[in-house]
Amino acid sequence: MSILGFFKEKQKRSSPEGDGNADRGIMVFEHTGEVIQAEDILKRQGWEARVMGPPPEVRSGCDLVIEFPLIEELNILRVLDESGVVPLQVVPVTGPLLQPVDLFHVKDFGGYVMVRAANMKLTIEKETGMIVNVSGGGCPDVPYLACEMVGRSLDDAPSPRAIGHTLCGYALQLAYEEVRRQCLE
Amino acid sequence: MLGIAGTIPIEDLPLLTGGVTMENGNIRIDGRNIPVDRGTAALIGAAVKTSEVLGTPPPFGYVVGDIGRGAGSRTLYKYLVDTFAESGFHTFTFHYLQPIVHWHNRLQQIIHGMETRPVLIADAGFMYVAKMSGHAAMYDLFTPDIGELSFLADETAPHPFYTRGFILHDENRVPDLIARAYEHNNAARYLLVKGKKDCLAGREGILSEVDNPVEEVMEAIGGTGDTLTGILSALIYSGMDIEEAAVVAMRTNRVAGSYARPTPATQITDIIRHIPKALENTLSLQ
Repeated sequence: MSILGFFKEKQKRSSPEGDGNADRGIMVFEHTGEVIQAEDILKRQGWEARVMGPPPEVRSGCDLVIEFPLIEELNILRVLDESGVVPLQVVPVTGPLLQPVDLFHVKDFGGYVMVRAANMKLTIEKETGMIVNVSGGGCPDVPYLACEMVGRSLDDAPSPRAIGHTLCGYALQLAYEEVRRQCLE
Repeated sequence: MLGIAGTIPIEDLPLLTGGVTMENGNIRIDGRNIPVDRGTAALIGAAVKTSEVLGTPPPFGYVVGDIGRGAGSRTLYKYLVDTFAESGFHTFTFHYLQPIVHWHNRLQQIIHGMETRPVLIADAGFMYVAKMSGHAAMYDLFTPDIGELSFLADETAPHPFYTRGFILHDENRVPDLIARAYEHNNAARYLLVKGKKDCLAGREGILSEVDNPVEEVMEAIGGTGDTLTGILSALIYSGMDIEEAAVVAMRTNRVAGSYARPTPATQITDIIRHIPKALENTLSLQ
């Protein structure tokens, strides 16, 4: 490859944001020191993260935020949590006022109950608490989560928060928490 | 040729490409057996079964391991960007891929430059990124369920997880949600909406509906949407127009589900094996 070709290729690889920011999110922290720490952690793990000023809609936190790949929110939050650097707020770049889904749809099938959160559905057998199906979703951790969770009881199965990576995994976590809440009632 | 691309939940699975067959309940591609238990493998399995009945060549698959970290998806996007222009597919279905806008847009540029474009079908993560990128209208068919339709209808949501609460996920509002998705150019030429009542819609509204046989528990069974998209992809590749293929696919998937005598604990493999008989039954009534 010529030197010019090398630089063109390098430029292409290093500027994905040039194609839009619809798949990016913003993390808001209380202190600038946490922003720097979080940026360092994410970059060391190979994520594309950059420090920038907050959009006007974001009213809390310090005067710097971190932009990151929104789809991988669940995995990124887990890594930051393990390092003790927890953001105050996480929002999509394109809609800083958007909130995660908080509506649940519950369907009773007699011996089974299904809970849907956003695009994710979790079904358990009432008597045993066995997870019998995971459906919906479109990110690649959904089939993985289904493999790991189906056929195990709510108490034995890993939670989506522990092993998921994406926003679909996050939605499944909400359905999982709602199922657990209903089981305890 | 019918092409299908997506990820498999096996982290170290390399990129595999080639014609797909089914052996002992697994799909076989590039010398490897992969269980047909959910996701893209279930879609491919349904397409293989459909092709066998129709007598058409089996689908050509592109699969790679990815459990949500995105590395496998990036490998697959890059391979498609490098090879798609010369691939010569009649129909192509994009499925479980990590939604990454800049990779989607690179692929979209390649497709845009093709003299003859395949029929383009997007489901799961690839449908999300198609909407996210603002290029939904270049696709021929999306296959959302009701939660995903709400996401398409919410012009601000970057992912179903952020769909606003006032856009209720209510089956009674399907026509409104379809209209809203088209109003903001967040829909493909056709939408096949999977639900209690399956329907095919276009910009002008609902074109056809199938609500029989009724098996409410199908909603709980992981992979029933994937099998519907797989059947539909193979029917379109066989030469059926999209509107006719959608009706046949919606009915076939329901009949296959019904033959399995499903409960909420039924697994998708139990339904896939009934697809040939269900398709023959449906075609005989057409």
